[in-house]
Amino acid sequence: MLLTNIDIIPNKNIIEHFGLVSGSTVRAKNVGSDILASFKNVIGGELQGYTSLLNEAREEATNRMIQQAQSLGANAIINVRFSTSSVAQGAAEIYVYGTAVLTDS
Amino acid sequence: MEILIPLTASLVLLLIGYFIGTILEKKHYQSINDREEKFINLPSVTMTYRAASKETDMSKYSKTQLVSGGVVVSIDYFKRFLALLRNFFGGRVSSYETLVDRARREAILRMKEQSSGADMIINVRLETSTISSSAGDSETVDSIEAFAYGTALYK
Repeated sequence: MLLTNIDIIPNKNIIEHFGLVSGSTVRAKNVGSDILASFKNVIGGELQGYTSLLNEAREEATNRMIQQAQSLGANAIINVRFSTSSVAQGAAEIYVYGTAVLTDS
Repeated sequence: MEILIPLTASLVLLLIGYFIGTILEKKHYQSINDREEKFINLPSVTMTYRAASKETDMSKYSKTQLVSGGVVVSIDYFKRFLALLRNFFGGRVSSYETLVDRARREAILRMKEQSSGADMIINVRLETSTISSSAGDSETVDSIEAFAYGTALYK
């Protein structure tokens, strides 16, 4: 599955459009990283627990989008966009969307 | 006497935040500057493919890939206190300016680190979201997340 956030795929022709595909996930941080983060809040700096949490969440959302595209018979997703919103205290929603297309090889 | 205990506690936190926070920030900026120099030959632009193709010949690129990088950075206790004072008097909150600057540059660097061997990254988008304190106080922002993504072009 080819993913790009530009609206074409270089050197390939798009044969068919399948429309919007998307994937989302809501993740809450765990207590352990929360306690660590509150210590880190005193001295500042990167909160690695949260960074990896959000990275994992993005990966999962992307995988869900890819699955949806595969079930439609697409082999690429173009114009991919990411968005984040916090739905509740300590939880974040990651949303990924794009256009599923079929290209010639 | 009872009022002295929380007062000294927050004073100690302020001092810890000031000294360790300043050292950590300096270190972080040093590493950001070093790595930015390393990636000086990998341009990342916000141009779309169509706009970029007017500047360079795109037929030499055979492979594209979505690349991304994200980081969550927290502000230290002392700077949070400074920002609170700023809220009272108004004006530039420079302590938060360095926070977002660090986070964005780090996110771009991580994106570039992921795309080793690429010639350029086009259509770069930057996103920032805030993570408020878990203590239930949604007014003060503790840490921010910066996320950068784009399409890497390979020969």
